[in-house]
Formats: sequence, structure tokens, C-alpha cells
Amino acid sequence: MLIGKVIGEVVATRKHASHEGQKILYVQMLNLDGSGRGSPRLAVDAVDAGVGDDVLVAQEGWSAMTSVGKPYSPIDMAVVGVIDQVHLSE
Amino acid sequence: MQLGRVVGQVVATRKDDALEGKTLLLIQPLDRQGRDRGRTLVGVDAVGAGPGETIYWCRGREASLAWHPHQTVPTECAIVGIVDSVTID
Repeated sequence: MLIGKVIGEVVATRKHASHEGQKILYVQMLNLDGSGRGSPRLAVDAVDAGVGDDVLVAQEGWSAMTSVGKPYSPIDMAVVGVIDQVHLSE
Repeated sequence: MQLGRVVGQVVATRKDDALEGKTLLLIQPLDRQGRDRGRTLVGVDAVGAGPGETIYWCRGREASLAWHPHQTVPTECAIVGIVDSVTID
């Protein structure tokens, strides 16, 4: 899974049925130093995260689709947690 | 899923049966500012997207599930949403 920050929300009225009623978040993945990692991705929201939240992202399809109760659907990423803290051991 | 813009269409008369009757669209990935970024790819349209529209696509094995359970379509890129707006903080 990856650490990301929700930087926006995507509104799409015409979309696949399995995406209906889902919040679609625009998430920038982060390195540990907080810098951006790659281009932002879209993820369905399984935990009601909001813009500005640091989040835990599942980037494998089965985990993503089942986290929002939609098995066998075209969903490849989901926000599955809102991060409070990240502790570095060293 | 990823943001992109439809920049063209691919026509292939001889193709896999499951691709029959489906539109193959050329996608240009977009960055956070909505600018072209990254290499184009071909996606199977599942929502009726048209040229120039901002869309988002699903990648990987999950893309072929856009037509489940009716069909298993051989693609790793399916256009599954037409974007009205992206509110960026």
C-alpha cells in the first residue's frame, strides 16, 4: 500500500455503474519526506476521507474493489485508511 | 484510476471477438494541472467518451471487468468515467 495525500475530488456524472455513488478522490502519493511520488491517481473512497487528509492507499484491484463492496468491477485503487501519524523507527 | 484526455480513435476491423462493436480510444494521460504528461495508450471505451473529453481509466486486469459478467474483454485499459470537474485544493 502507499501513503498519499488527498489533493482533490473528481466529479463524473457519466461513469461505470460500479462507480455510482462512490466518492472519487484525487490522491498524490508521497515519499517519506513528503515530496510527491509520480503523478496523482484516482481512487474510490472506502473511509470517507477528505481533501487534505493523509491517506493509506490500496493499489491492487481486488483489494480496492472489495473495500467498497464492489467485487468484479473496474476499480484499481482505493483509499482504505486515514493516517494520523507515521512513526519512523530510526 | 488515472486522468486522461481522448486524443483520437483506433480502428481495427480484424480483432478479438470481444472487442467487436467497442470503440478503441487513444488516451493522453494528464498531470495535476491538466497538462499532457506521459505516453499515450489505447483504451476500450465503456462509457461513451468522445474526442477531446477528459476521462479516467482503470488499468490492469480490473479493466477487463468493466463488462463483467457479460463479457471478458481483452484489455488492461478501460475508460470508465467522463470527468465533469476535478476540484484541486
